Amino acid sequence: MFSAIQLLIILFALFAVTRVVIKVRSRSIPMTWATLWIVIWVGAGVVALLPQTTDLLAARVGIGRGADLLVYLSVMVLFYLIFRLVVKVESMQQDMTKLVRAISMKDLDNKKGEDSSE
Amino acid sequence: MIVAVVPAYNEEQEVGNVVRNTLPFVDRVLVVDDGSTDNTAQVARDAGAVVVAHAINRGLGASLGTGIKSARKIGGKKIITLDADGQHLAEEIPLFVRALDGHEVVLGSRMIEMKGNMPVFRRAAQRVGNMLTYVMFGLMVSDSQSGFRGFSAAAADALEIKTDRMEVSSEIISEIQKSGFKWTEVPITAIYTEYSLSKGQSFTVGIKTALKLFIHRIKS
Repeated sequence: MFSAIQLLIILFALFAVTRVVIKVRSRSIPMTWATLWIVIWVGAGVVALLPQTTDLLAARVGIGRGADLLVYLSVMVLFYLIFRLVVKVESMQQDMTKLVRAISMKDLDNKKGEDSSE
Repeated sequence: MIVAVVPAYNEEQEVGNVVRNTLPFVDRVLVVDDGSTDNTAQVARDAGAVVVAHAINRGLGASLGTGIKSARKIGGKKIITLDADGQHLAEEIPLFVRALDGHEVVLGSRMIEMKGNMPVFRRAAQRVGNMLTYVMFGLMVSDSQSGFRGFSAAAADALEIKTDRMEVSSEIISEIQKSGFKWTEVPITAIYTEYSLSKGQSFTVGIKTALKLFIHRIKS
C-alpha cells in the first residue's frame, strides 16, 4: 500500500524528528528552531503519507501538482535558510575579529608598561 | 606622535627592512602580525617595531583596524599605514605627514604621477577598481586600492572598518564619503618586485573583492 519512496520519507522524517529532540534536550539548539524543524519534518511525513492533500493546496494557489508546490516551497525555504546562515557566519566573523583584536591589544598594554619602565 | 602601521602576514622576508626603512620618518612603527606562521613578529620586534599579534589570521581589513586602534592607544596623532612587502617608499611618508595638517585622510596614489614600474595589467585592473568604487560609493579617487594612507587622530577614531579582508580599501573610501572627512591624494611611487607581485592581489582575488563589494552595497 505504501510505495518505497513514501516509506523512505516517513522513516527519514521520524529519524530527523528524533535527532531534533535529542539536540534540543541536550540544549544544543534553541526551542524555537527545534519547533520549526519538527514542523517541517512532521509536515514532510504527513505529505508522504497523504500525498493528495498537497494537490488540494496546489490547486488553490494555482499550481498543477502538489509535488511541484512542495518543490517550490522547499527551494524558497532552503534559500532563505542559506541567507540566514550567511548573515550569521558574517556576523560571527566580525565578532571573532573583535575578539582577536581585543586579545592582541591586551598585549599592547603590557608592552606599553615595559616601555615606560625603560 | 607619528605612528606607522604595517599589517603583516607571513612577511618575515621583508618586514625587517620595512621597519628599519620606516623608523627614521616616524616616532613608532607598529606591526600587526596577522597570525603569521613564520617569524614575522620576532623579525619585526628585532628591527625595532612595536608588535601587536593576532592569535589567528583575520585578514588585511582586520589587521588595519587593529593597527589603527593600537596606534591611537600608544598615542599616535598622525597614523600612516603601509604594506609590509616593501612596495611603498618610506621616504614618501613626510608627504603624508604634511598633507595631514590640512586633511583628515590622505590617500597615496600610484596613478597621479605614474612614478615607478606598475605593470600594465595592474594599471588596467586599477582603473576598473576605481570605476567600481565610484559607481558604488560616489567618490572618484585615482587609486582606490593603494595601501599607503594617512589618518588624523579624528579620522582614526571615527573610522569603522567592518570588512576583514581585501575589500577594506574600498570600505575606507566609502567611510570617507559617509563621514565627510576632508581628504586628499599624494603621489607615491609604485615599486613592483617579483616578491611583492607574488604576494599581491591576484586576478581571482580582484573578482572576489568586486563581488563582495557588490553584496555589501546591497546590504547597506
